[in-house]
Amino acid sequence: MSLTGLDIFKLTPKKNCKDCGFPTCLAFSMKVATGAVEIEKCPHMSDEAVSKLADATAPPMKTITIGKGENEYKLGGETVLFRHEKTFVNRNRFALLLSDSMTDEEIESKITSIKKVNYVRIGEEMRVEIVALKYEKSREKYLDLIRKIKESNLNIVYMLICEDVEVLKDALELVKNEKPIVYGATKENYEEMVDLVKGDELPLGIKANNLEELYSLVADIHKLDYKELILDAGSSSIKEAFDNTVQIRRIALKEEDRTFGYPSIVFANELSKGNKFMEIALTSLFILKYGSIIVLGDIDYTRALPLFALRQNIFTDPQRPMRVEPKVYPINNADENSPVLVTVDFALTYFIVSGEVERSKVPVKLAIPDAGGYSVLTAWAAGKLSGSSIAKFIKESGLDENHNCKKLIIPGKVAVLKGDIEDNLPGWEVIVGTDEAMHLPKFLKELQQEATAV
Amino acid sequence: MVFKKSVQKFSGKINEVVIGTGEKAIKLGGENAMPFYDFDGNLGERPKVGMEILDIFPDNWIEPLKEMYKDVADDTAKWAQFVEENFNPDFICLRFEGADPNGLDKSVEECADIAKEVAESIELPLVIAGTNNHEKDAKLFEKIAETLDGYNVLLLSAVEENYKSVGAAGGLAYNHKVGAESSVDINLAKQLNILLTQLGVKPEDMVMNVGCAAVGYGFEYVASTMDRIRLAACGQNDKTLQLPIITPVSFETWTVKESIASENEMPEWGNQEDRGIAMEVSTASSVLASGANAVILRHPTSVETINMFIKELLS
Ligand code: SF4
Repeated sequence: MSLTGLDIFKLTPKKNCKDCGFPTCLAFSMKVATGAVEIEKCPHMSDEAVSKLADATAPPMKTITIGKGENEYKLGGETVLFRHEKTFVNRNRFALLLSDSMTDEEIESKITSIKKVNYVRIGEEMRVEIVALKYEKSREKYLDLIRKIKESNLNIVYMLICEDVEVLKDALELVKNEKPIVYGATKENYEEMVDLVKGDELPLGIKANNLEELYSLVADIHKLDYKELILDAGSSSIKEAFDNTVQIRRIALKEEDRTFGYPSIVFANELSKGNKFMEIALTSLFILKYGSIIVLGDIDYTRALPLFALRQNIFTDPQRPMRVEPKVYPINNADENSPVLVTVDFALTYFIVSGEVERSKVPVKLAIPDAGGYSVLTAWAAGKLSGSSIAKFIKESGLDENHNCKKLIIPGKVAVLKGDIEDNLPGWEVIVGTDEAMHLPKFLKELQQEATAV
Repeated sequence: MVFKKSVQKFSGKINEVVIGTGEKAIKLGGENAMPFYDFDGNLGERPKVGMEILDIFPDNWIEPLKEMYKDVADDTAKWAQFVEENFNPDFICLRFEGADPNGLDKSVEECADIAKEVAESIELPLVIAGTNNHEKDAKLFEKIAETLDGYNVLLLSAVEENYKSVGAAGGLAYNHKVGAESSVDINLAKQLNILLTQLGVKPEDMVMNVGCAAVGYGFEYVASTMDRIRLAACGQNDKTLQLPIITPVSFETWTVKESIASENEMPEWGNQEDRGIAMEVSTASSVLASGANAVILRHPTSVETINMFIKELLS
């Protein structure tokens, strides 16, 4: 939200003393509004006016930092409600719930799951980023749980779910330096909670019985001058959680009310009541609609494969498509006797083509040159995929020298490149492939049969 | 500041489209708000969940599904009845995989006979899906529109290459519904809707399939295309986009690696059936959250989960 010159003028002392270098306070204010001059140039502004101004010019949704070092993440800071308007900047983060009432085996198995489900997809690490540690009954066990996580060497952010300030004090002794999230400020305990986290500026999770109470609780915390907050959207029902998550984001961005200008947290584990597929459905919903931290009951590949992939899709820059690294990818245990298939580095194309090749079960070396991250036709039209660029890639990748099978399959849509590639790559047989990736399995199987027949 | 809900009133409303006949007929659309935003306006009809069956034995489906359907899948009408009785979806989508010229290439007459048998043996509304071969689909839908006259089925779908034949058969010569299929682009969707209306198909006889992808496979384009279409239809009252959206989720999610890789191939990934359901459920909930009025699913567990999902969000 931007302030007009007149809004700023109202905050000046109106002395027209010229100390700022401008003839009048109004002239000065006009310049400040355009961003050409800093408000600090006026030595007579009251502190209150300066902070009011800072508030008014701050982005509508605050960016909150959680975790430390390698495990530092940013939440919030969004400026739009729909990703086609402008990029969503900070992806949601996944948390996994552990509590002191779980058995040791349960805890161990969940720690193992977090370690196990950790892989790379299109250049991004896919894993749970937060452990949500819930205090349920025993202070000793709770502290033990925290120690256990520390000893497990997980790369992870801590979220302490606890409303008991005394227990939290002990817990923070263990993980204070990791910039954990302290979750559990309510209208009953918020003053002590703010006291507890203020020194280290720890992100504070807050919750209330409904949206209206949440709103007044934020306002109360603002009065204590604390603004490192994360808002619980509520978990009494799926509908309530959804409505609240959308409302929090909209009140911040559309109504420009900074009371709700914070990231949110959604407990998908509680909302789905132990139904894993429901948890997947709800988590998908909240990836799309404004959950900043989504808490899961457990992690396995069943959950991870769709959820991490969906998140990766939704948080890409609409102006800049996802790309895969240009290189040669062997599929189905391809070796130097397998045919080479070329396509572009646009991630979507790569995924569809590699998926179909896998489905064919035919060993193929997938050659991905740098095609600017465009689809086949766009790359060709933009001059990023040409006979010479393909030939150059084949030579530089070593395929020309170290590969026995000199069969190069090109996308059917750029059949025109055949002659050009053959001119640039003596010794290679260029084969025009299919127009659609869908027909690749049949095509590759036939090619394989021909080869064995010969 | 005081707390005030953020409310966004829209002037545009999605058309209401009826598929099927009798008590089990379904109505799609009618909303004037973004999906599940009942604080803004009217959500219209409950989103519908249909189930996919094939005209041939589902050789490419996962083992547990083949096992479940093994006694009925050789007879498509029996299969349809089995689905109606056991899973009671909102509609059945009969997909003519066997008509594909790259496959069994069954004749359109043979297909129309199967469609007729199915229609006669169930009460649920029918959605007829083709082969993706535009020429074959044009002939297939022409024949089926004629054979199923009176059943008010949805033909899925008319594309730019064959909309004239499919539109004329389904929307003009006989009283069916026509699905307008475009590939993940608001302008292409709009253009095809306009072409079909210019041909004489009434907007209330049309739905859109604006394209789909499994999550992880360019789903951002699907989400943004649906967002933009719904915002244009309701927010800017763009009549050419006020059509309900149907999304054949299962057509996309059961062919990706996550769903087809066996446990032998990917031991660390775990149970294959669960992975397939997860991909289907995640994609279905995502398209519903983005604006789909109906989804087509394959696995009964997905149907159950998504029905519960919809019910909770509308409660
Ligand atoms: S220094 Fe401040 S008070 Fe003086 S003229 Fe400039 S704005 Fe006005």
